[in-house]
Amino acid sequence: MKRILAILPLLAAVVLVQLLTTWTGTQFYLTQMTMAAYYSLLIIGLCVLMGYAGQISLGHAGFFAIGGYLSAALTTRSLVPFKEAALVRLLDSCGLLHAGKDLYGAELLVVTPWAAAVFAVLVAALIAVAIGIPVLKLKGHYLAMATLGFGIIIYRLVLATPWFGEADGISGVPPFHLFSGVTVSGESSVRIMNYYLAWGVLLSGLVLLINLMQSRIGRALRAIHGSEEAADAMGVNIARFKLQTFVLSAVFAAIAGVLLTHYNGGIGPSEAGVMKSVRYVAIVAVGGMAHLWGAMFMGVLLNFLSLRGVFGSYDDAVFGLILIVIMLFAPDGILSLLAGRKKKAATVQPVQQDGEA
Amino acid sequence: MSTELFVQYLFAGITYGSIYAIVAIGFNIIYNTTGIINFAQGEFVMLGGMIAISLLSFLPLPAAIALAVLLTMIIGALIEIIFIRWLKNPSVLRMIIITIGISILTREAAVHIWGENIRALPYFVGNEITTIGIMGARISPQVLWVVGVCGVMVAVLHLFFRTTSVGREMRACAANRLATILCGINPRNMVTFSFVLSAGMGALAGCVMSPITYSQYDMGTGLAIKGFTVAILGGLGNSGGAVAAGLLLGIIEAFSVSVVPLAFQDAIAITILLLILFVRPHGIFGSGEAARLKAF
Repeated sequence: MKRILAILPLLAAVVLVQLLTTWTGTQFYLTQMTMAAYYSLLIIGLCVLMGYAGQISLGHAGFFAIGGYLSAALTTRSLVPFKEAALVRLLDSCGLLHAGKDLYGAELLVVTPWAAAVFAVLVAALIAVAIGIPVLKLKGHYLAMATLGFGIIIYRLVLATPWFGEADGISGVPPFHLFSGVTVSGESSVRIMNYYLAWGVLLSGLVLLINLMQSRIGRALRAIHGSEEAADAMGVNIARFKLQTFVLSAVFAAIAGVLLTHYNGGIGPSEAGVMKSVRYVAIVAVGGMAHLWGAMFMGVLLNFLSLRGVFGSYDDAVFGLILIVIMLFAPDGILSLLAGRKKKAATVQPVQQDGEA
Repeated sequence: MSTELFVQYLFAGITYGSIYAIVAIGFNIIYNTTGIINFAQGEFVMLGGMIAISLLSFLPLPAAIALAVLLTMIIGALIEIIFIRWLKNPSVLRMIIITIGISILTREAAVHIWGENIRALPYFVGNEITTIGIMGARISPQVLWVVGVCGVMVAVLHLFFRTTSVGREMRACAANRLATILCGINPRNMVTFSFVLSAGMGALAGCVMSPITYSQYDMGTGLAIKGFTVAILGGLGNSGGAVAAGLLLGIIEAFSVSVVPLAFQDAIAITILLLILFVRPHGIFGSGEAARLKAF
């Protein structure tokens, strides 16, 4: 409960940012804060996988893209030509389809955002299970290369499939009416509501993960990270816990993809690119691997700066540099540098707590 | 499929295959002395081609290539000395992330120096329409250059590891690091050497392939993935296996063009990589016994 109460100052900060931007007339910052919050949702999921379970993934942009692209394609690509197909009629009778008119007044029949979102997240979870079972048996370089390979396959599929818009991506994704009065959309009239919605989703995810890491599952994951053999000997089902974490982080990525795609009104192939996956890994590393707060904070900060265009044409280079510098000088994250000073002071005391060198 | 078409695809496969083999051997050299997979391996190939193209405006072709290879070797040494040499027992995860960071930085430096344009060295002999006939197929002489240079590189490397003292010291370092130190060899220097060697090989391959496959700032990642696939397929650390596996992958890719769309060609290599990792992580040519000593 104490750990959950730590959310309260953050909540206050979220509200403060909104009020500040309103007073100073700089509400446009909220748009990037909203997007940064969705990216951070993916990042805290990846943080659990990398930091707590100790499994690297260089393919998380792939799961983001599965979520984003599926919900974008289903809510924009018209099903009119397949109107007579049994599946389409079945979906229609379940109320999962939405008929309307497109820009030119032609008949339009698309899947409703809710159905598309649920379907997209389910597909991402299923793919995570199918990929995770063989991939998570691998370690180190092999795991890194296999997940990188998965990411590249998704990128290539997106680029080569006309249904996913090839190099153009998908635009004109309709707003997502979550429930009455709450809509995920990039329109400036609902900007403040979307800001709170994104942060609400992010903080709910954070609370969920913090609780999870304090539970039996969290302890099992840390045991696996420490030593798989030892964890196995203590009766931890390694394969199951690793897979569950992988799927959980994939679902977080897919949800982030769905919501951000509806917010932006579109998605492009760069969202599935390798650089995006590397960027997420970099942010988790800067935040300090097994540090959900650090990952979330860095996720919001770095994504916000990047989205504001602070790094200019050096955007990718900045993330590469961050990655190297952090791994060379502070492999436990930036926050560890502050904590490191305290630790040094503590080692002066005569009693050594453990055999750590 | 007619004989001519078959030979045509076969040569295309061998050309790409020998480049994949060189990249894979570059992975192997560094893996053997350090236990690290250098994710920036593909960037050496890109640097070799790009630097040679820039030098061509001042120097004749052979000198430009020689200087480009030399410069890439120096860059390889610098990368090792600046980022890797002074780390004490870094974890695998840390090394993966550092080499990925190096690869991104190199690529970003390249895009700011050379831009996003596709560039190419001129053909070594003749031009793009010069061909020689082999069994009815029309082959560019550059293809023979690629295959020949890659073949010579593999042979020279083999002799280097068997006969020279530095080569023997590098192999000793791969076999047992502690025993090497006791024999008075500095393994850190051997690691630097291995970076220099694989940078040089990558750069030379990058130069000979440039007229056919072109050079671009972002070619490294794709090559690294395929080189890694080949290295795994041939058994990590096994250079003979890498040559066989490289040719195999190149030929599979070349013939796949007649079955699947070109856009999915990269996906084939990656699918093979995933299948191999799932089913037989010690590779087709590697021994399962030796693989048990490695951490998959």
